[in-house]
Amino acid sequence: MNAAQETVHLQGHIIDSLILAKVLDTILMMGGTFDLQEVQIGGTREEPSRARIIVRAASPELLGEILEAIQPHGASVDRESDCTCEPAPADGVFPDAFYATTHLPTQIRLRGRWIDVGAIEMDVGIRVDRGLTAARAIPMGEVKRGDAIVTGRDGIRVLPLERPRERDVFSFMEAQISAERPHGHIISDVARRMQAIREQRERGKPDVKVLLAGGPAIIHAGGREALTWLIDSGYVHVLFCGNALAAHDMEAHLFGTSLGYALSAGRAVPHGHEHHLRTINRIRAIGSIEKAVRTGVISGGIMAACVRRGVEVVLAGTIRDDGPLPGVITDSVAAQAAMRAALPGVSLALLVASTLQAVATGNLLPATVPTVCVDVNPAVPTKLADRGSFQAVGLVMDAASFLRELARELGWKA
Amino acid sequence: MSRLLVCPPDYFRIEYEINPWMRVSNQADPERASAQWHDLMTVLEDRVGALLERMQPVSGVPDMVFTANAGVVDGRRAVPSRFRHPERQREEQYFEAWFREHGYQVTLLEESLYFEGAGDLLGFPDAWFGGYRQRSDIRAYSRLSEILQREIIPVELVDSHFYHLDTCFCPLSGGELLYYPTAFDPYAQAVIINRISEDRRLVVPRPEALRFACNAVCVGKHVVLPTGCPETVTMLEARGYEPHPLPLDEFMKAGGSAKCLALALD
Repeated sequence: MNAAQETVHLQGHIIDSLILAKVLDTILMMGGTFDLQEVQIGGTREEPSRARIIVRAASPELLGEILEAIQPHGASVDRESDCTCEPAPADGVFPDAFYATTHLPTQIRLRGRWIDVGAIEMDVGIRVDRGLTAARAIPMGEVKRGDAIVTGRDGIRVLPLERPRERDVFSFMEAQISAERPHGHIISDVARRMQAIREQRERGKPDVKVLLAGGPAIIHAGGREALTWLIDSGYVHVLFCGNALAAHDMEAHLFGTSLGYALSAGRAVPHGHEHHLRTINRIRAIGSIEKAVRTGVISGGIMAACVRRGVEVVLAGTIRDDGPLPGVITDSVAAQAAMRAALPGVSLALLVASTLQAVATGNLLPATVPTVCVDVNPAVPTKLADRGSFQAVGLVMDAASFLRELARELGWKA
Repeated sequence: MSRLLVCPPDYFRIEYEINPWMRVSNQADPERASAQWHDLMTVLEDRVGALLERMQPVSGVPDMVFTANAGVVDGRRAVPSRFRHPERQREEQYFEAWFREHGYQVTLLEESLYFEGAGDLLGFPDAWFGGYRQRSDIRAYSRLSEILQREIIPVELVDSHFYHLDTCFCPLSGGELLYYPTAFDPYAQAVIINRISEDRRLVVPRPEALRFACNAVCVGKHVVLPTGCPETVTMLEARGYEPHPLPLDEFMKAGGSAKCLALALD
């Protein structure tokens, strides 16, 4: 967050006198930007008008210069106050007046200084550390009795997203969902980002990651080989999925089917519906997916690639799961926490063919992470946008086509 | 009958330099100053027909002679000035006391809100204009418009030679404005053009603006102004005014002229 901002007020006969126009012109001429937050125009000639303006600049120094220039014209800096904190009344309970976060970059004012809130995500609270020097977003379930939780609205500011330097599909920073638009350029932009992230990692920045959250339709639809190649080639570093994706991936390896359908011939095979159960049972007998890969029982496919490449996998269970596979986290709060723990460093998120995974991951991601949501059903990216993940670019297409095209852009020969 | 507050120049001297006109080395001549002031009073009383309220001058407070800066009066309400320069802040108590002793309802501005009275706040019956940036603080006008329940349009003064609004802006009784546009920033110039139609704007040429042609007292059809402003006199006569040019150069040494020496009380 290198942008600096300050809220100023202007009041009096500021419209007819062109004082408001002069202040706004001055901000722009000096290289700043503004948001006119509120303008109340006096009802009669005698009645004064009021305006609240957020002034932004690329650096605190420039902001200071702009404020200095507009103050003689009556722009007064908002009387700033520190944020208020109250102790959590019990484990897992926020104080009544807790501040509920957005997923935008957020700062709070502590002892006169603005500090960034760490690990921001939407719909959680903010906990301040004991020394009053740091703050981070905290989900309701993780709060401990007595934790200092930010309350009210004073001393809190939410910063808008800066436009990314890259001029690609993500620079619009708004959910675009359409089945009618060509996909090619979006996939090319995603591929370019993945290439850049892989290069950064090769240059010694292992903390930069690509996250893929996906559903079993990836396997059913025939995207398994492409995703396996992407993982093996070092383009995906975190995988969020459920029992089904892992089960069908390994079913494909062991039986050549996905939910009983022969992947190559595309027809049901006798007793094929048992294959995923036999797969899950086999892995349960071995003890873990990793052991199944290391012992050579599972030597191909997505899960094998993840184990080989050390990809961090979070398997989150649901109430319809068979088995489940070893490693599936069946406590959804614990699963959410595991997903959250894997997020630091994620710089690109691909949400592919899973409503549940897409919405759950969207809820956890800061707005600053470029996100693509791919689904054949336009309702999924729409749902994601409606729930606030406005940064997600929606791509209405089949998961396998997406993954294959993406892999080809990155050099997959198949 | 127009009432004006004035203060004899008994202690008027150039004791400090707070505007580009003042030079301690260019001292005022007390006798000439006194004679010029008395001539002005004679014209105001006898020719213009104004009623003069004389304040008691105070030793060591030389600029009290410029009563336009005592504050602003609106009906029975008075808001005394809050001077920007400490040199003139000493005058505040005397002006405030005078308003109180004469039955005005006095409203005080907070101390940090600089406001230099009728030197910076002038108007027409429907709208007042407040000069800011040089002396008065623009924030004072938002407060004053609340107190006085009037529209006050702030206008930025950009030339330190025209440090008060009354040095470059003079509303006349017939609705015309005598003014010097370049003393204002472009926004204020646009606002003045927008508010006052072309036929009512009398633009003073620079040499006469620098002789303080705009620092004039207008009562009815009489306009008292400093000498040496022939074009202004011609413009005024063409509009049916009766100009009274007077030598006031001793006061110009302090950056003041006719208008600065009187405060309109009603």
